[in-house]
Amino acid sequence: MELTKENILTLLGEVKDPEIPVLSLVDLGVITGVEISEDDHVTVNMTPTFAGCPAMDYMKKDVERTLEKHGISKYTVNMTFDKPWDSNKLSEKGRQHLKEFGLAPPPKYDLILDLDILEHVKCPYCDSENTDLRTPFGPTLCRSMHYCNDCKQMFEQFKPL
Amino acid sequence: MNEQAIKDLLYKLADDQLILGHRNSEWTGFGPILEEDIAFSSMAQDKIGHSLAFYTLLQELGEAEPDTVAFTRNANQFHNSQLVELPNGEYDFSLIRHFLYDNAEIIRFEMLSQSRYEPIVKVATKLKGEVKYHVLHANTWIKNLGSSTEEAILRLQSALSEALPYALGMFEKSKYEQELIDAGVYAGEEAVKAEWLKRIQAVIEKTELKMPDLESITPKFGGRYGEHTEHLQPLLDEMAEVFKIDPTAEW
Repeated sequence: MELTKENILTLLGEVKDPEIPVLSLVDLGVITGVEISEDDHVTVNMTPTFAGCPAMDYMKKDVERTLEKHGISKYTVNMTFDKPWDSNKLSEKGRQHLKEFGLAPPPKYDLILDLDILEHVKCPYCDSENTDLRTPFGPTLCRSMHYCNDCKQMFEQFKPL
Repeated sequence: MNEQAIKDLLYKLADDQLILGHRNSEWTGFGPILEEDIAFSSMAQDKIGHSLAFYTLLQELGEAEPDTVAFTRNANQFHNSQLVELPNGEYDFSLIRHFLYDNAEIIRFEMLSQSRYEPIVKVATKLKGEVKYHVLHANTWIKNLGSSTEEAILRLQSALSEALPYALGMFEKSKYEQELIDAGVYAGEEAVKAEWLKRIQAVIEKTELKMPDLESITPKFGGRYGEHTEHLQPLLDEMAEVFKIDPTAEW
């Protein structure tokens, strides 16, 4: 395999979020940069979704394991806040995967996020917007809990941030 | 810029988050309803993650690594406000403290995201988005319970009176206060407090609660200079128990 940024990103497409196994780290938007030096040293920069997310350490190790599996021995994986994550960084493909997984994707927003948008999140099962926020804290730091008044089901949303 | 002034600022931010994070975690398994158990546990996880981000900035300035800083200092070396170290008490007290604390925290982050000290800008920009959820949680519950039953209102009112002197203690000035303001690093405690008052009053006005006269309250200062209540040291001992037995343990 030729060491190019594109090829490395393709490899990293294999690495999934351990808590949302349908979502790759690339689609999640936590891979903020890939650099390859002249002597073939690969640097991958990552940034956490939520600063306290216990899965981030796991994801970083998974990136290292994946690079090694493909015979890349000279690498550095950095976790920094240099390009802080926000939920607009989730790719369209990632959003589609979340919905299929039964997790409402975070709505996109312009510049400033107003949390009022949590009040009527689109239900991932029936697409109704007749929903209520039950609690901003769900089973993981990145999920909130909602109830759909039409299909009468609880559902989770990947929180906008 | 005097590095000592920056360190002092970072320590007070990080220590507040670590200690309140630990207190929040004490609700795990004991919340009055499942959603609140999960909410306080999630906020614990967030706050401890936030403290790590600030301890990491300190490490970059030459301080010891985050675990060492978190687990090996004694109470008199902590710069947190006394508000965050107080025991959880009943849910009413924990909720009021959370409301008073997080409404101040978000203002600090908003101001620090405009700081002239670049490393803190990145962290504050990131974390203010997360703290929004803490503020939303606190304000929603205060509005709901603060205009519900007589017992809820009485309990919250009494918790508010108990917590306010300590909450005012959050705004104790650093000995580097003017230097930080002049350098454009931090807007300073007076500015945070003025904005905080506006925001908490706006929420309280939507409830049956009465805001006590702040002029008649003596703030509980000392925390920023290492003076703490008798509650901090036992908390630190418990928090560091595993680390002290085996510093290399992973859990």
